[in-house]
Amino acid sequence: MRILRNLSFWIAVGVVVLIIAYGATGGAIRRETWFTVLLFVGLASSLNILLGYTGYVSFGHIVFFGFGGYIGFWAIDTLGMNLWLAALLGGLVSALLALGLGLAILRLRGAYFALATIGILEAMKALVINIPALGGPNGMELNFSVYRGYGGAATALWMVYWSVAAIALIVVITSYIVKKSKFGLGLMAIREDEDAAEIMGVVAPRAKTWAYVISAFFPGILGVLFFFKQGIIEPGSAFRLQLSIEMLVMVMLGGSGTVLGPILGAGAYQILRGTLLTSDLELLGMKVKDIQLAVAGVLLLIIVLFIPVGAIGWLRTRSATLRRILE
Amino acid sequence: MIDQLLASVTDGMLVGVVYGLAAMGLTLIFGVMNVINLAHGPIMALGMFTVYLAYTSLGLNPFLGLLLAAGLGLILGVIIYWGAVHRVIDAPHLSSLLSTFSVNMIIIGIGTAIFSTSFRNVDYSLGIVTIGPITVPGTRFTSALLALGITGLLYLFLYRTRPGKYVRAVSDNRTSAGLMGIASNRVLALSFGLGTMLAALAGGLIAMALPFTILSGGSYELKSFVIVVLGGLGNPIGALLGGVILGLIEGLVPVFTKITWVPVIEFVLFVLILLVRPQGLFGAKQ
Amino acid sequence: MKRLTILASVLLIMALLAACAGGPAAPASTGSDTSADTASDTTADTGSSEAPATTAQEVLIGYTASNTGKYNVESSRQVNGFDLWMKQVNDAGGLTLPDGTVLTFAGKSYDDESNTDRVQELYTRLATEDGANFLISPYSSGLTSASSVIAEQYGKVMVTTGAASDDTYKQGYTGVYQVYTPASKYLTGAVDMLKADAPDAKKLAIVHENDKFSTGVAESVKAYAEGLGYEIVLFEGYDSATTDFAPFINKIQQSEPDAILGGGHFQDGSTFARQLAEKQVDVPWVALLVAPPEPTFAELGDAAVGVIGPSQWEPQAKFTAEAAAADGITWAGPTGDEFGQAYMDAYGEEPSYHAAGGYIAGLVLAEAIKNAGSLDDAAVKKAMDELDLMTFYGHLQFESGADAHGLQTGHDMVFVQWQKDADGNLVKEVVWPAAGRTADPITR
Repeated sequence: MRILRNLSFWIAVGVVVLIIAYGATGGAIRRETWFTVLLFVGLASSLNILLGYTGYVSFGHIVFFGFGGYIGFWAIDTLGMNLWLAALLGGLVSALLALGLGLAILRLRGAYFALATIGILEAMKALVINIPALGGPNGMELNFSVYRGYGGAATALWMVYWSVAAIALIVVITSYIVKKSKFGLGLMAIREDEDAAEIMGVVAPRAKTWAYVISAFFPGILGVLFFFKQGIIEPGSAFRLQLSIEMLVMVMLGGSGTVLGPILGAGAYQILRGTLLTSDLELLGMKVKDIQLAVAGVLLLIIVLFIPVGAIGWLRTRSATLRRILE
Repeated sequence: MIDQLLASVTDGMLVGVVYGLAAMGLTLIFGVMNVINLAHGPIMALGMFTVYLAYTSLGLNPFLGLLLAAGLGLILGVIIYWGAVHRVIDAPHLSSLLSTFSVNMIIIGIGTAIFSTSFRNVDYSLGIVTIGPITVPGTRFTSALLALGITGLLYLFLYRTRPGKYVRAVSDNRTSAGLMGIASNRVLALSFGLGTMLAALAGGLIAMALPFTILSGGSYELKSFVIVVLGGLGNPIGALLGGVILGLIEGLVPVFTKITWVPVIEFVLFVLILLVRPQGLFGAKQ
Repeated sequence: MKRLTILASVLLIMALLAACAGGPAAPASTGSDTSADTASDTTADTGSSEAPATTAQEVLIGYTASNTGKYNVESSRQVNGFDLWMKQVNDAGGLTLPDGTVLTFAGKSYDDESNTDRVQELYTRLATEDGANFLISPYSSGLTSASSVIAEQYGKVMVTTGAASDDTYKQGYTGVYQVYTPASKYLTGAVDMLKADAPDAKKLAIVHENDKFSTGVAESVKAYAEGLGYEIVLFEGYDSATTDFAPFINKIQQSEPDAILGGGHFQDGSTFARQLAEKQVDVPWVALLVAPPEPTFAELGDAAVGVIGPSQWEPQAKFTAEAAAADGITWAGPTGDEFGQAYMDAYGEEPSYHAAGGYIAGLVLAEAIKNAGSLDDAAVKKAMDELDLMTFYGHLQFESGADAHGLQTGHDMVFVQWQKDADGNLVKEVVWPAAGRTADPITR
């Protein structure tokens, strides 16, 4: 357990724990805000394992969130499965899907891979609409009595908060371990130059596929927890391309390939969006809440053009100390 | 049955060439600079709104509105190139994907604030064309003809004019083109502008026949992705054929099964072609 | 220079992020007290400590509106109607409870962008941070079912309007009440009308938007029509975002129906009607959901002629206090003419049923609060369960059994059809039920 002696590990874990604690100590509305942040910490960090470490741009990563969510939701609703089992099931089916898909599409590089992931997301959404067992275009609704099995709605909401918090923490720890492992080094070699990596002895197809599977497993679990809380799942909200791209933005904002980056990126982006959406500020005669997307767009553009390594990546270039403590 | 097939084929072809025109813009940009323009959809939407506003506010005939849309599309493209693309053109793919996506967010954000996301209609009629069992609104018929005409003009430009030859030269090999004295940055900006111009034109043509919102570009952008892959990334004429194929799928699939299977078939085909024939249906083996 | 640019942009971003990070912290400090009426309690307390007779209290009603997006037209009418109710109540000095408390009403709303994703977050905000006492649903069944979960999770009473789907009321909720006639009874009247007025029509094409409400309506009307011996030659759904109906219309034509029933909401419905006309589809009867009763449907011109639509309420409806008294039902609120006139004065257009629904949502809530004599959630729920009310909008009563708690059982639909009057102007006539007819139905 050499990792436990690294200051950078404790900083990453500490940030997540702080977020969890802050969100848990302010009643329902603060919990709701930080629930969303934690959800995206989990999603963005998962994506980062594929995007940041391996260099494969998945534009449709939300497909695992939606697919896992759908299967888990179906299991709870139709089979009466326990939430925890269903969440695990959601994670496993997402991982399996990634395994199958990965063997096929990870052969594609660059833009071709990015396009393929969009295609898979859209194909999956269209497919679910045609499956009556999953509710077709209307999706599914949980009967409210389901929450009674978990101590009533109020308790269930807290329970889901703690579960998502735990998963977010586990994803971050996994992300750290992967980065420091030999496996992670292989992934980063693939990112820098896939052909060279293969020559150096990295079995690229296998490594890529595993990265893909890991980065799909956690979104599957999170999907089940999220839609259990929502009480309703629909194809449009489960497989939303927009959300997928927002995940990318969060990773970039914080710094792709860093452990801390996706955490901060997810936090900053969600809070920015939430604040802009409900603010009464005006800019050039337009309500900021109406142009929140444009403001976020300008921010993203500045980052991509001038600080492509993201906030954490940039800080890491500043000094050796920062490089040591910010991973 | 024959009647329905005829009607469906006609409808599919007519809408397909307009899809093809839009996809041509996307594929032109990719062919020249290896950038997938994720602001493609919003620019189409701006084309729609240009025609709409010219018609409703200025009382301009939609066909004149199209010219306006083309001009604005070209200028906007050049601005986007210098503002968002130029700096990241040699960076990894993610950079240009995200920079064009941020342009997407900016256009959609401001567009939503100004126009809201409510539906608009260009209430312009050219009567109805009836040939046997086929009944088509005149606007759709004209849109398709115009899309073909614009494709022809694009070809004349690319193959018969000096700037067009520069574009093709930079597309083939940017470094060598630069060594030959072609100001490749300006050519890149022009190519981007041409791509967005085609998107805006396609948007304008769609607006003449169908209702739209500022967000409508999104679904046409996805269609453009499918078409571009069908026709081969970077292959404009392939895009036109890809558009017709997509139109035919949309027209003919509902004859045989539920209409909701159309997108499943489209996107599965899309992924399969990426995997099996990434050069597209009409591209030569690379 | 380059370093400067980088530095400047980093500073800018930091500043922005810092500004935003402050965002959730501020409201959260008040969020520690999650009891519903933090704000209103304070005002009430300061009043009651001195002069109990003039106790005033403000009731906060929370809802989201689709200011943008697909449901923009219907939702804005609904909000207009609700605002009109609130203005009238407050202008009249508020609502006086038996204990002398005078209630005034305030609304709090956000834009849900016609998008379910935002709805739950915004309703949570309304129920907790904003401390709304009661909730009104968004427009549409899809958004309403998403908001119902939140209303129930926080134990709020929510009146749903513009949301007809039956399913929402079969999910075990205890505080969600529907003022619309449910989807299962939405379009069956059109089949009854065909049976009476077009006995030759035998083949029906049922096509519907793929959403909760329209699918529910289509499935119910299919079962109903089959029970009456009709042949369903086509039963199919289309995507909510459809703008090009050409392939779909070709398919409908191939099935050669005598009537087309279905549709979805305003946008797709009006586009569908327009393209049916453009393709010169020769089907004598077309009945579409939601779109035809909206006054703006007339903008379609000739394409609107002959299109039939189910409506929750029409300005021609004549429900009166006298008739209610004769039936032994309580009457509340203005007459139809008074409502129509007030709406016209306020917004310069004739109200549609969506506007009436918004008004009624407020009216029903106020009636229940009055009967309960307090703002207590449990007391208001009990009053809602027991409500039996006649208004300009018609009869209202809610299912109180657990199986479909809150489902509307008292209200009935009417059917309108766009026709041309002697001068060639488009007019909306009531064609069903036969007793309430303002004109006989025509074929397209």
